[in-house]
Amino acid sequence: MLNILNVSKSYATPQGLLPVLNNISLNAERGQSIALMGESGSGKSTLLHLIAGLDNVDTGSIFLNQKEITKLPDVGRAKMRRSEVGLVFQQFNLIPSLKIKDNLAFQARIAKRFDQAWQSELIERLGLGSLLDRYPEQLSGGQQQRVAIGRAFAGKPDLLLADEPTGNLDEAAANEVLKLAIDLVEKTDCCFLMVTHSAHLASFLNTKITLKSGHLA
Amino acid sequence: MTQLIWVLRTFFSYWRRSPVQFITLIFGLVVATALWSGVQAINQQARQSYDKAALNFNGSDTSYLATPNGTLFSQSLFIDLRLAGWNVSPLLEGKIELGGTPLTLIGVEPISLAQISRQSAFKITTKGAAPFIKYPGLTYVSEETLNLLQMKEGERPSSNDGMLLPPLHIAENLAPKILMVDIGIAQLLLKKPGRLSRLLIGPSALSKSSLSKVSHNTLEYFEGISAEGDLKRLTDSFHLNLTAFGFLSFFVGLFIVHSATGLAFEGRRQMIRTLRSCGVSLRNITFVLLFELLIISIFSGLLGVALGYFIAASLLPDVSASLNGLYGAQVNGDLNLDTWWWGSGITMSVAGALVAAGSGLWKASRLPLLASALPAAWFYSQQKWLRIQSIIALILITLFLITLQFGDTLYLGFIMMGCLLLGAALLQPPLLALLLKFGELRAKHPIAQWFWADSRQQLPGLSFALMALLLALGVNIGVGAMVESFRSTFSEWLDRRLAPEIYFAANSDAQALEIRDWLEHRGDVHAILPIRRAQISFRDWPTQIYGFKDHDTYRQNWQLLDKEKNVWDQVKSGKAALISEQLARRFNISVGDKISISKASTDWTLHISGIFPDYGNPKGVIMVNIQPFLERWPATPKTRHGIRTDKSSIPDIMKGLKDKFDLSPAQLFDQATLKAQSANIFEKTFAITTSLNTLTLSIAGAAMLTSLLTLSSSRITSLAPLWAIGLTRRHLAWIELLKALMLAIFTALLALPLGLLLSWCLVAVINVQAFGWRLPYHIYPAQWGHLLIMTFIVAILATLMPIIRLARTPPAQLLKVFSNER
Repeated sequence: MLNILNVSKSYATPQGLLPVLNNISLNAERGQSIALMGESGSGKSTLLHLIAGLDNVDTGSIFLNQKEITKLPDVGRAKMRRSEVGLVFQQFNLIPSLKIKDNLAFQARIAKRFDQAWQSELIERLGLGSLLDRYPEQLSGGQQQRVAIGRAFAGKPDLLLADEPTGNLDEAAANEVLKLAIDLVEKTDCCFLMVTHSAHLASFLNTKITLKSGHLA
Repeated sequence: MTQLIWVLRTFFSYWRRSPVQFITLIFGLVVATALWSGVQAINQQARQSYDKAALNFNGSDTSYLATPNGTLFSQSLFIDLRLAGWNVSPLLEGKIELGGTPLTLIGVEPISLAQISRQSAFKITTKGAAPFIKYPGLTYVSEETLNLLQMKEGERPSSNDGMLLPPLHIAENLAPKILMVDIGIAQLLLKKPGRLSRLLIGPSALSKSSLSKVSHNTLEYFEGISAEGDLKRLTDSFHLNLTAFGFLSFFVGLFIVHSATGLAFEGRRQMIRTLRSCGVSLRNITFVLLFELLIISIFSGLLGVALGYFIAASLLPDVSASLNGLYGAQVNGDLNLDTWWWGSGITMSVAGALVAAGSGLWKASRLPLLASALPAAWFYSQQKWLRIQSIIALILITLFLITLQFGDTLYLGFIMMGCLLLGAALLQPPLLALLLKFGELRAKHPIAQWFWADSRQQLPGLSFALMALLLALGVNIGVGAMVESFRSTFSEWLDRRLAPEIYFAANSDAQALEIRDWLEHRGDVHAILPIRRAQISFRDWPTQIYGFKDHDTYRQNWQLLDKEKNVWDQVKSGKAALISEQLARRFNISVGDKISISKASTDWTLHISGIFPDYGNPKGVIMVNIQPFLERWPATPKTRHGIRTDKSSIPDIMKGLKDKFDLSPAQLFDQATLKAQSANIFEKTFAITTSLNTLTLSIAGAAMLTSLLTLSSSRITSLAPLWAIGLTRRHLAWIELLKALMLAIFTALLALPLGLLLSWCLVAVINVQAFGWRLPYHIYPAQWGHLLIMTFIVAILATLMPIIRLARTPPAQLLKVFSNER
C-alpha cells in the first residue's frame, strides 16, 4: 500500500548541502504498524513529512495506494492527505480557536468523509464525551493528543503517520494514548507508521525500522 | 465548497479568540478609509462648488464690458450698444442682507441672456423665462441658500429695509449665497435705478474698435476667463495638499492594517500548518484568506466611509473658510455626496487591505511550513526582508535627490516628498536594528543584554507602527516649521506692508477730494497716500497694476527681496517698476530686466528695479509711480487712500470720517482691523493642515497601541522565562515600558532630520511651485521639545494598557509556557 523507492533528501545550510535521507526504500501494507526509530537528526521526521507530502523528495518516489505522491502537485497532495492520511504530531496541532467537537470532525468534514456514527464511536473510545464543548487550551496534554488522534481517524484513513505522538506526555498518558491509537488502527485496518525514540513504545508495534545517518540500518 | 466553508469558519474562529487583532485590523482599515474618503469628500464638494461658480455671471467664462474701475454705468449704454448691433446682455450685481445673512444679488435680463450665454441661467431651472419676468417674478436660489435662509420654496423674503423679494424658487447648480432676480427688480432692491454693473457679450459681438465710438470710452472690453478653470487652477495646489495629507493618513492607517494582518498571519501559521496537514491545499487556503480579507475590508470600508463623511462634515467649514480666504472661492458648507464617492471609498478599503495584507499573505505562504512557530521564526525571516527594505529605501532616497535637483513642477515636488517620506520610513527599521545590535554588543549585564536582544526580536512586530510614528512626527515637524515660518514672516510682512494707520475708500472722486481737504486741515495727519489700481492681463495672466505716490512710508517699510541701487528714485522717475515675487518667478523676470505692458494699442516699457514679497496673492502685481499710472489709466477711481497719523489720533479720525462723510465699515479700515482680518485668513488657511496633522499623529499613536496590544499575548513566551528566574511581573512591566519608550525616542530622533528636510522641501519647493512665493527658512527647536514630549505621551499611552495586562497576567498563564510550550 505504501511504497518508498530510493528516496533521498538534503537540506541547504550555510555550510552547504546536508544529506538527511540517502536512498531509502520501504514497503508497508494495510494492518501493519511500524515504529521508525533512530537518533536525533537521523531523518525520521523528514521521512514522515515526505510520506505525508509536506515536503518534496530530491530523488526517488513514494507511492500510496499506487498513486505516486512525489509527482502530485500541491493540490493533489493536499487531497491525498485529507482523504487517505491521518497525521498526529508531538505538538498536537489542534486548531486553538475551534471547540473539541469541531477539531475532531474537521478533517473528515473537509474530506467529505464525515460519518456521525463513527464519530460518536470515536468520541466514546477516546473518552472525549465530556470535553466536546471545550477549547484545546482547556485540555491536558494527554487529552489534546487523544483529540488529535480522533481527528486523524475521523476520516478512516488508509495511512496513519505519527511523529513522536507521545513526546509531550508522561509515561502513563503515553501508554494510554498509544493503546488507543493501536486499537483504532486494528479497528480501521489502516497502516500505522510512528516515529519514536522509545524502545518501550516501539515494542507495542509489530515492526521496527531504524534509521542511522539517513540510511536504513 | 464544504471544504472552503470549513476553512473560512476556522479562520473566522481565530478572530473570536484574538479580538484585539481583529479590532486592530478593523480600526486600521476604518481610519485609513475614513481619512481618505473624508478628504475626497471635501475635494468633491469643492469641485461641485467650482462647477456651480462657472454658472455664476460674476465669474463666467463669458466676455463682458465694464468700466475700467468696476463702477456702475448707465443702462442707456446697453440700449445704445444693442442699437449699434452689439449682442450684449445687462447684469447688475450687489450685496443684500436677508435676515442678517449677507448674500449676492444678481439681476439679469433673461431674453438677451438666453441669446448670449452658453450656460444660460434658465437652463438651470425647469420653468423657463416667462414666470421669471411676469409679476411677481421669481428669485432663483440654490437649495443650500434656501436652507440657510430657513425658508421654503414659494415664500417671499424681505430685505433688511423691508422690500419684498419675488417668491423663492430652487435653481439647480446655482452657487450658494446667490440670489438671481430680474434686472428691474434688482435695480429696485439695490436702489440703483437705471444702473448696470456689466454687459455680457455674446458670440457675434462687433469689433472692439467700434466700442469706443458707442460707449464714448466709458466701457472696456474684458476677455472672459473660465471661472471654473481659473478656480480649479488656483485651488489645485490646495487640493493636492489635502490629497497628499489624506494619502499620508491612508498610508499610516494601512501600516496598522499591515501590522495587524502580519501578526494575524504569524498567529495563524500553526493553524495553516494544521490545515495543510489535514489536507487543505495552499491554493484553497490562499483563496479563503483573500475572501476573508474581502469580507472584512468591505465591512470596514462601509464603516470608514461613514466616518469619513463625519470627518469631512466637521472639517468642511475650515476648508471652506480657507478657500474663501485664499482664493475667494465659495465652497458650500453642506456635504452632498454621490454613490461614486461611497463606491470609491469602499474600493480604496479593499485595495488598501489587499496591498497591506499582500506581503503578510505572501510571507505566510513562503515561510517554511515545517519550521517551528517560535517568535524568532518571523524575526529570522524578517532579516532578508530588512535587506530588501534597505535597498528599496536607498533607491527612493536616490530618487528624492534626483527630483530635488531636476524637479520643477508641483507634481514632481510631491513625488519628491513622497520618495523622501517613504524612503525614510523604510530605512527606519534597518537603522533601528543596527542601533539595537550596537546596544546589545555594548551591554554587560545579562538583563541589559536580554533587553537589547529582545527589543531587536520585537522590532519586526512593531516596525510598521514605528514607521507610522516616524512619518507622523516627521510631517508634524515639517509642516509645523513651515506654518511657523509662514506665521512669523507673514506677521512681519503685514506690519511693514500695512504701514498707513487708516485706509478709506470714498463713494466718489468728488467725495475723496472733500475728505482729503478735511484731512489736510487737521493738524494730526502726516500724509495722505493715494492708492490707484487697475486690472490688466500681463502675458495672459491676471495682474494688478498699482500707482503709488513716492513717500518715506514706502521707502522705510516696503520689503524688497531683490533691488537695484536707488530703487525708489528709479521708480519715482516713472521709468522703473517693482514687481511681485509671483510675477517674477512665473515669467522668470529678474531685477534689471525690462517688461512691456500693453495699454490702448501702445506698449509701456518698464525697467524692473525691485522685487517684493506678496504672500498669499494669486495674482501678479506691478507697482509704478502714480503720475505715469494716471496718464495711462486716467479713468481709474481716485477714491482709495491711506492715512499716516499718530496712533492716538486714529479713533478721532475714524469717527470723523464715519460721521462726516457717512463711510460704511466696508469703506473704512484701521490698520489693526485689517491686520487682524489678514491674520484670521491665515489661521483659517492652516486650520485644516493642523487638524490633519493632529489626526495623523493620533493614528500613529493608535498604531503603536494596537501593535503593542497585539504583541502582548505573544510576549508571554519571551517574558515567562525571566519571570521564572526571579524577575517580578511588575519589574517586567517596567522593562516593557522602557523598551517602548526607547524605541519611540529613537524614532523621534530619526524624525527630526526628516522633519527638517521636509519643511525645507515645503518652503523651498512646494510653496514656490504651488503659490509662486518662497518663505525664509526658519527652524523652531521649541517645537521639537514639544513633539518629543508628545512622543513620550503617545508611547506611554500606547504601552500603558499592554503593561497593565502584563503586570496582571496570572502566574498560571505564565506557567503554561512551560507546560505545553504553547
